[in-house]
Amino acid sequence: MADDPMLPRVARVRRRRRDGPQVWTLETEPEGGSLAAFAAGQFNMLTAFGVGEVPISVSGDPAEPGRLLHTIRAVGPVSTALTRLEAGAALGIRGPFGAGWPMSEAAGRDVVIVAGGLGLAPLRPALYRLLAERPRYGRIVLLYGTRGPEEILFRREIESWRRRLDIDIEVTVDHATAAWHGHVGVVTTLLARAGFDPHQALALVCGPEIMMRFAAAALGEAGVADEAIWLAVERNMKCGIGHCGHCQLGPVLVCRDGPVFRYDRLRTLLPVKEM
Amino acid sequence: MPTDADQLLAVTLDGLSGLIAALIRRGYRVAGPTVRDGIIGYDEIASLEDLPRGWSDEQRGGHYRLVRRDDEALFGYAVGPHSWKRYLHPPLLQLWRARRNGDATALESDPRPRERFAFIGVRSCELHAIAIQDEVFLRGRHADPHYRARRDGAVLIAVNCAVAGGTCFCASMKTGPRATAGFDIALTELITDEGHLFLAASGTDIGRELLAQTPHRNATPEQAATAEKIVDRTAQRMGRQMRSDDLHDLLLRNLDHPRWSEVADRCLSCGNCTMVCPTCFCTAVEDSSDLTGAEVSRSRRWDSCFSVDFSYLHGGSVRQSVRSRYRQWMTHKLATWHDQFGSSGCVGCGRCITWCPVGIDITEEVRAIRESGHS
Ligand SMILES: Cc1cc2nc3c(=O)[nH]c(=O)nc-3n(C[C@H](O)[C@H](O)[C@H](O)COP(=O)(O)OP(=O)(O)OC[C@H]3O[C@@H](n4cnc5c(N)ncnc54)[C@H](O)[C@@H]3O)c2cc1C
Ligand code: SF4
Ligand code: SF4
Ligand code: FES
Repeated sequence: MADDPMLPRVARVRRRRRDGPQVWTLETEPEGGSLAAFAAGQFNMLTAFGVGEVPISVSGDPAEPGRLLHTIRAVGPVSTALTRLEAGAALGIRGPFGAGWPMSEAAGRDVVIVAGGLGLAPLRPALYRLLAERPRYGRIVLLYGTRGPEEILFRREIESWRRRLDIDIEVTVDHATAAWHGHVGVVTTLLARAGFDPHQALALVCGPEIMMRFAAAALGEAGVADEAIWLAVERNMKCGIGHCGHCQLGPVLVCRDGPVFRYDRLRTLLPVKEM
Repeated sequence: MPTDADQLLAVTLDGLSGLIAALIRRGYRVAGPTVRDGIIGYDEIASLEDLPRGWSDEQRGGHYRLVRRDDEALFGYAVGPHSWKRYLHPPLLQLWRARRNGDATALESDPRPRERFAFIGVRSCELHAIAIQDEVFLRGRHADPHYRARRDGAVLIAVNCAVAGGTCFCASMKTGPRATAGFDIALTELITDEGHLFLAASGTDIGRELLAQTPHRNATPEQAATAEKIVDRTAQRMGRQMRSDDLHDLLLRNLDHPRWSEVADRCLSCGNCTMVCPTCFCTAVEDSSDLTGAEVSRSRRWDSCFSVDFSYLHGGSVRQSVRSRYRQWMTHKLATWHDQFGSSGCVGCGRCITWCPVGIDITEEVRAIRESGHS
């Protein structure tokens, strides 16, 4: 049944690369042709056959729908099974689902990207688009924080972006090692020195929920309006299509109305305990 | 023999019997209320004899008991613990299975309708509940083919309520007790000196066609007036009442009300309320595989927001406390359902009150918040 949104397609792992401790990026190829084109910030439901299904953001370039990338941290049974799939192995895939980053609103504006840990994965598609169409935007700033230097995702790619002169990149770690000469501290501390115009900037934020709340508050203090801040939230998801009820966050279904939301829609919801 | 859409028809017991037989002959799987295990539940029926003739029910918070009526009414009770979602959105359903054959993996799902349903004795609140689940499963960006396969072509024969249950409050939710839309045929049961009759109205072409083939007379104005009076009386005898026009803002303004902790002290977090609720739609999925791993499958089953795992994210659940889970359930039913699906998620059927083992009453919880909360 082609129109059964709960029926995964079979896909094959084409390549698997390690991107950090317990983190692997899988390049997959759906059998029988690509999935529908995806937008930056959308996610797919990935099945490890016989184990289960979990939501995972697409981490590749929307302009290359044939190179379908997901960056996965092994934290439990399903994510671990997925990261162990070798080239040629089968997995299930449904999607793409959800609302992504507001790329059309970014035109002509400064864009500030604030990422924490694995939160860089769902933002990478947005970065690819911004850099590919660089003249359409004002300043582009990437502020990235991880726990330690070894957890920096996409390290070589970040280094190559750093060599470009048209993007400002600052990386910080919570705990430094002797070999680390960069910033130490939470990612929000980087905001004060980042050179962007808060009155016309668009901010894209993804990371642990607590980090996103601090980042949104700090952006607000810097003068960025709530309507210019976008965050991606995570909730338990069993369907991805608005049918299972698991991803509720008060009035919104995260899978259907998000996972990317404008901050004014979440501002009063996120601080409510156990919402 | 075409019938006038607005014309009420009078059908006898034999006529109703014939209608059931005709549905079975046409290949419908007919389900209706029937007495079993001390309740009136919904099950497959073969004839009029399976309906709960002469039975009623006594309901209050945490209490349900069958009682004898002093007449032979077929529909002289309120709703029991079952609702039609057990057919349209079954408690357990296989979504797909996959077979591994050497290197190849083939997935298949099978949402074809294997049968068409005809439901007899659908109450007005239940018509509304079905419309609410239609909204969830059929009207969004993605439709559920399994729900559609069961829902499409289902014939709904409604019954206007002649008895208000002890926990009913459909009049407050504006979902009953009179069936106004969404039915193929709507019946009102009349037991008078003239005998045992059903006044029947059709709501669709298939309803008109079925009635045209059922022996009937045109109802008299007196019969029609009696039927109206019966339903009006039911509306006035609701077991519960709840002001419903301001619930969305009232509850969302009171997410920190102390009442949530008080109700959490009584709530067992058993999830009964969600299982009996005709609109609750939440599900979880389960994957299984045979020992060799050559065949794997996924099924979905009803889930409840009262379970801790429901909101699990790596590291812990979002809603750890019973307080937050009761609040999630009640605010979803009465407030955030409006944001998500454009209507209330509660039809006032009272099941959650009757089937709560400790008698927690949604109308009472709202009242407590209304009386002492931020207004
Ligand atoms: C929209 C969205 C995008 C995501 N993108 C990524 C990504 O790009 N890379 C990545 O590594 N992870 C991502 N996650 C998180 C990922 O889904 C979880 O890590 C994964 O579900 C853990 O499942 P598990 O069975 O391995 O672990 P367990 O911790 O044992 O989880 C048990 C079950 O709980 C649920 N669950 C647990 N943690 C989460 C979570 N954080 N979010 C949602 N459900 C959860 C799942 O149903 C899971 O099967 C995303 C989550 C969401 C909601
Ligand atoms: S919340 Fe209670 S009264 Fe409302 S529809 Fe559900 S079971 Fe019926
Ligand atoms: S309100 Fe009653 S029925 Fe619902 S979970 Fe709590 S104890 Fe169970
Ligand atoms: S994941 Fe099922 S409703 Fe959102």
